[in-house]
Amino acid sequence: MTPFTTLTGAAAPLLLDDINTDQIAPQQMDRRLDPDYRAMLFRRQRQDAGFVLNRPQFQNAAILVAGRNFGCGSARETAVWALTAWGIRCVVARGFADIFRENCLQNGVLPLELDGAGADAVAARVAAADGAAPFTVDLVAQTISGPGGPDVHFDIAPADRMRLLEGLDDIGLTLKHADDIAAWEGRTATDQPWLQSARDHRR
Amino acid sequence: MPQTLFDKIWQSHLVAKRPDGRDLIYIDRHVMHDLHTPHALAQLEKKQRPVRRPDLTFATQDHTIASKPGRDDTTNPEGAPFLRATRAGSARHGIRLFDLGDPEQGISHVVAPELGMVLPGATHAVPDSHACTVGGLGALAFGCGASELEHVLATQVLALRRPRRMRVRADGRLGTQVTAKDLALRIIAEIGVAGGRGHSIEYAGAATRGLDVEGRLTLCNLTIEMGARSGFVAPDDTTFQWLAGRPFAPQGAAWDRALAHWGTLVSDADAEFDREVAIDCATLEPQLTWGTDPSQTVGVSARVPQAASDGMRRALDYMGLSGGEPLAGLAVGRVFIGSCTNARLSDLEAAAAVVRGRKVAPGVTALVVPGSTSVKRAAEARGLDDVFRSAGFLWGESGCSMCAGGNGDRGLPQERCVSTTNRNFENRQGTAVRTHLASPATAAAAAIAGHIVDVRKLMAGAA
Repeated sequence: MTPFTTLTGAAAPLLLDDINTDQIAPQQMDRRLDPDYRAMLFRRQRQDAGFVLNRPQFQNAAILVAGRNFGCGSARETAVWALTAWGIRCVVARGFADIFRENCLQNGVLPLELDGAGADAVAARVAAADGAAPFTVDLVAQTISGPGGPDVHFDIAPADRMRLLEGLDDIGLTLKHADDIAAWEGRTATDQPWLQSARDHRR
Repeated sequence: MPQTLFDKIWQSHLVAKRPDGRDLIYIDRHVMHDLHTPHALAQLEKKQRPVRRPDLTFATQDHTIASKPGRDDTTNPEGAPFLRATRAGSARHGIRLFDLGDPEQGISHVVAPELGMVLPGATHAVPDSHACTVGGLGALAFGCGASELEHVLATQVLALRRPRRMRVRADGRLGTQVTAKDLALRIIAEIGVAGGRGHSIEYAGAATRGLDVEGRLTLCNLTIEMGARSGFVAPDDTTFQWLAGRPFAPQGAAWDRALAHWGTLVSDADAEFDREVAIDCATLEPQLTWGTDPSQTVGVSARVPQAASDGMRRALDYMGLSGGEPLAGLAVGRVFIGSCTNARLSDLEAAAAVVRGRKVAPGVTALVVPGSTSVKRAAEARGLDDVFRSAGFLWGESGCSMCAGGNGDRGLPQERCVSTTNRNFENRQGTAVRTHLASPATAAAAAIAGHIVDVRKLMAGAA
């Protein structure tokens, strides 16, 4: 996975709450095994000419700024793939749905959670900049910088930060514990054998 | 130290702590489906990683499969590549697939419990947010994306951050025609669509205990609509009796041994939760959503709220409502009874009890899609298909159908649809479709009346 250290680019304001995965990637509009994910991103909203991602300065947006509970709804990872196909590698929001947040981390996308004054400041500055000047998200320093004010600090779980910074392969990390997994299976086959066997008793 | 049931299940499935701080939680069973299996298997194969435990892995065709009688792969042309790739991938890896034509095909969250694959105190993963459904049996389930599915396939564990613990206590008794669905919608209305974020929810209280297993599955199904990934009901005799004898459940001496263990699966009396919520069910009436997220819910006798924010105004506009009008009386064009939320046998029985001897109102398209082919067969053995068909309902083949419209079953623009599903998001059931979530009985009543109605009044002949 591509490591995430710093990211600089246009920040698109979409300052709404509860943006769900059906909105982010309306898959029923292009149900193929290998759809055009860039075309899928907010496809319904983009039918409105005034929608933020239709504006020229956000054609290569790198950052999306939203409200509360971003990515609620389904577990479909297509929502994240649609964002990355656009080039967006960081979503700034006042909270993320649990599964969407995990899907971001799996794809090297930073789910940057901000609340309170920091979120207010970033939202106002991103709206004011309107794509005319870039913002930078620095995961090393844990800051957002850009026009209109001082750097804004953000918090992130150290484990998630490390995983993004190093672009670690999640399965690879877990497979280092292959012996632990085998040991658990061995113990459980004795202690709770019904968990280790999923046999169809009719067969 | 006293433990919650969540702590007990988590602790007993903790394989190791990764250096990055994540807990590796063993997944006892996972069930894949046609929408995500093709991608996850392709990624796994690209990295030349085997499926670690094909014997604990299952697959079903549910999201893109047509509901039309006589269906085949291409009845929904868009679904064909998904169905075929899932079939080929399952065969390559020795994974048992509940395929089109299999007598036990159906929605994963319906099939896994009814076959006894899911057990109390077990962990479960599905690449679908409604994985939480099986918490109704006292299992700890995790919805996941395609990459996390690939992770489970390769390792049989999920690398998780430990969620906080929340208990939702439903006190009192549910009245006539007030169901698990109504309770769940009320909880979402109370705590909001992000109210459970970062938490695992244990449902407790007399009203929860009083639910049968299928009702508990419905309640847990809607956990993700509160923002929580997992929700469950501690198993009890109701659970054990329901599970006994199901094909994948342990049998004989193994059953007795499992049963002894399952008896310990309760939260200790003085265990602490990070958050507690109480809901009084004594005055709860049938609930319906009026807006475009599941928290926008009111009782059937209530009026649609006035817009108090831009978001509410957008929701009202989308739903073709001005705000302030009574919910009952809104004309309905379509009714859908189905989905992992409400398409088990007891759901169809509840709807049939309303429909029996009545006719679908002129101008209403009404569709029943059983949650599994087993449910369909059992319903037909009881003559429920005749009840629905002779009233004017369409009777479909099992799958997710109109819940997300992934199989081509969709409503028409601006059509008002009462649906037993789980999400009333904009455009979910078709472009500009106006979805009102409700219980099977309330949905059936709307089909008969041709408008939203209090099912209790309809049954009493007063509506």
